[in-house]
Amino acid sequence: MEYSNLRRQAAYMKKSLFDQGYLDEQFYQLEELQDDVSPNFVEEVVTLFFRDSARLISNIEQALDKCPQEFSKLNAYVHQLKGSSSSIGASRVKNECTLFRQYCDEENLEGCLKSFQKMKREHAVLRQKLESYFQLLRQVGPAEKATRPSM
Amino acid sequence: MAMERGGKSAGGEPHVLAVDDSSVDRAVIASVLRSSKYRVTAVDSGKRALELLGLETDVNMIITDYWMPEMTGYELLKKVKESSELKQIPVVIMSSENVPNRISRCLEEGAEDFLLKPIQPSDVSRLCSRVLR
Repeated sequence: MEYSNLRRQAAYMKKSLFDQGYLDEQFYQLEELQDDVSPNFVEEVVTLFFRDSARLISNIEQALDKCPQEFSKLNAYVHQLKGSSSSIGASRVKNECTLFRQYCDEENLEGCLKSFQKMKREHAVLRQKLESYFQLLRQVGPAEKATRPSM
Repeated sequence: MAMERGGKSAGGEPHVLAVDDSSVDRAVIASVLRSSKYRVTAVDSGKRALELLGLETDVNMIITDYWMPEMTGYELLKKVKESSELKQIPVVIMSSENVPNRISRCLEEGAEDFLLKPIQPSDVSRLCSRVLR
C-alpha cells in the first residue's frame, strides 16, 4: 500500500513538473535511455547538469560584475547553460537563457541583470523540485521507465 | 591484433568517437550510442579527439559538437578531412543552433550530416544505420 502511494506521489510530482513547464519532452528522452545497465541514468545526468550549471552561473556572475562587461564572454557562458538545460529538458531555465542571450546581443546590461536573477530563481526551484523527485524515486525502488501521459 | 583504420573493434560493434565539451551532452550522446549497441569513446575537446585518433585505428565515426572552446567541431572536421589517414572517417556535427551558413559550411567541408541539439535517439539511430552500414 505504502509502495503504491509512493509511486503515485512520484508520478504526480513528475506530471506537475511537466504541467508547470519546468520540464519538457527531452526529459522523457532521457528516461528512455535508462535501463538495467544504467538504472540511475536520469539522476546521474541531472546531477551532472546541476554541477556544471552551478559553475556556469558563478562564471556569469563574475562576468556581470566586471566593468566594462564582456558581453561576448557572457553570451558564451549562457550559450553553454542553455545547451545543457535543453539536453535535460529544463524548459524554464532554457527559455530564460534565450532571453538572456538576446540582452547580451543588445549589450543591454539591465536586461542581462534582470534575466540573470530570473534564471537563477528558475534554476534553484528546479533543483529543489528534482531533488525531491529523485529522493522519492529512490524510496519507490527500481528505475521507472518513461511514462508519457496518455493523449 | 592490428586493426586497419576504420575496421570494427574486437567485439564487432562499430566504434564511435563522441566529442563534446559539455559533460551533460557527452553523457547523453554516449548513452544514445551505447543503447544502439555501438562502442563509444567520449572526449571533451577536439585536441583530445585528435590525440585519440592518432592512437586508435578502429574509429568508425566521429560525432562532434560544433561550438567548443579552443577548437570548434568545424576545425576538427577540417583537420580530419585534411589528414590522409583520417579523411575517410565520417564526421557528424551537432549544434544547438540552426544556422544555415554553419550547416552548409560543414557539409561543404565534408561532414556527413548535421544534427540539431537536443539530440534525439531516433535521429542518431537513423544516422548511424546509414553511415555505419
